[in-house]
Amino acid sequence: MQSTFITNITGIRTALLSLMLFCLPAFAGVPTPDIPKGKGDKCVEETDFMRKNHMELILHQRDETVHRGIRTKKHSFKECINCHAVKDDDNVPVDFKNPKHFCNSCHTFAAVKIDCFECHASRPGNDKRGHGKTNDSAMSKH
Amino acid sequence: MSQTDDHTNNDQVDNGHVNNDHVNNYRRKFLGQLAAVTATGALGSGLVLNNFAQARPADEAVSSNVRYGLLIDTSKCGNGCDACVKACNDENGLQGFDRPETDAQWIRTVKLRDKSTNRTVSLPMMCQHCEFPPCVDVCPTGASFKRADGIVLVDKHLCIGCRYCMMACPYKARSFIHEELTGQVQGIPRGKGTVESCTLCVHRVDKGETPACVEACAKDGHKALIFGDLKDASSEIALRISKEASMQVRGDLKLNPGVRYQGI
Repeated sequence: MQSTFITNITGIRTALLSLMLFCLPAFAGVPTPDIPKGKGDKCVEETDFMRKNHMELILHQRDETVHRGIRTKKHSFKECINCHAVKDDDNVPVDFKNPKHFCNSCHTFAAVKIDCFECHASRPGNDKRGHGKTNDSAMSKH
Repeated sequence: MSQTDDHTNNDQVDNGHVNNDHVNNYRRKFLGQLAAVTATGALGSGLVLNNFAQARPADEAVSSNVRYGLLIDTSKCGNGCDACVKACNDENGLQGFDRPETDAQWIRTVKLRDKSTNRTVSLPMMCQHCEFPPCVDVCPTGASFKRADGIVLVDKHLCIGCRYCMMACPYKARSFIHEELTGQVQGIPRGKGTVESCTLCVHRVDKGETPACVEACAKDGHKALIFGDLKDASSEIALRISKEASMQVRGDLKLNPGVRYQGI
């Protein structure tokens, strides 16, 4: 009895699998976001974790920084921008209005509007005094 | 009213956070003292380095053991000099829209004239970083706040742009952003619909640097502005105000500003 059941399940699985394989060309037509790769080997946390929780990390760090003056680099918004900067053909980092911008590439796809960049700089390098550079030396020991 | 009250309150705020901080703070303080002793020993002759403990580690929260302030000697201000204002605008990416009535202004130069003697004095006026800031009292969302180290700031994530704080501030130190902005400086977020004011260059102070206005003034050779920790008796600012006459603008309001003036 039980073996028949298992055979049945296996049969259904095989049937489903062949159906999926058959339909694959149709799935391939669905547009997926083209997410640009950041600098280095990996992000500060696992990619799957970041996909779901990046906003929580940024939110937490935001309060820590604004109210308590904690400026560690690991979960800092500035470092997200620095690492995930996408450059255009002229080798200049693109801003949030550009569809290729790292945040924009996914948020447009997911239809989730963010207002971070109404205030925050959406790309590195527009800092006249080059704070990004001096920051490195001040914070590298942590 | 007293500074002791302020100290206690801020300590309580600190206590609300992760307990490990206390252990770490203790460890850091102990190691810091140890290092200081070693350094003094090495220097031998009782020479103490004033700026020794300036740079706070990036992962350490601000503490109410510190209170940052400015001492502005108006007699050293150059005639018509606005180096501090320019440095501030440049540092924080403040841009004008040819609308002087509403353009953002974190520092402005104010001219005072004594009607009976005709003596005129020019002074830079910015957020006075009050110990009892009225802007914080009136803020309905908690966006206006005072950091443990005495720096008064706006958390723009919480600001709804009601501008009560602008009305409450006796120094007219705050600006409201009327226009959509682009090209903000990285690390200094600014955006339409929020109120802002001098942050005492908090992003620089957190790295152990001095505010841009102070740096620019010293570069110009005036040295009219001094920045430092008012609670550290050995700091230049504390030594100066303990020996020389200085005053707070509208001291009668008993807000105890962290910015003090000389020569007015």
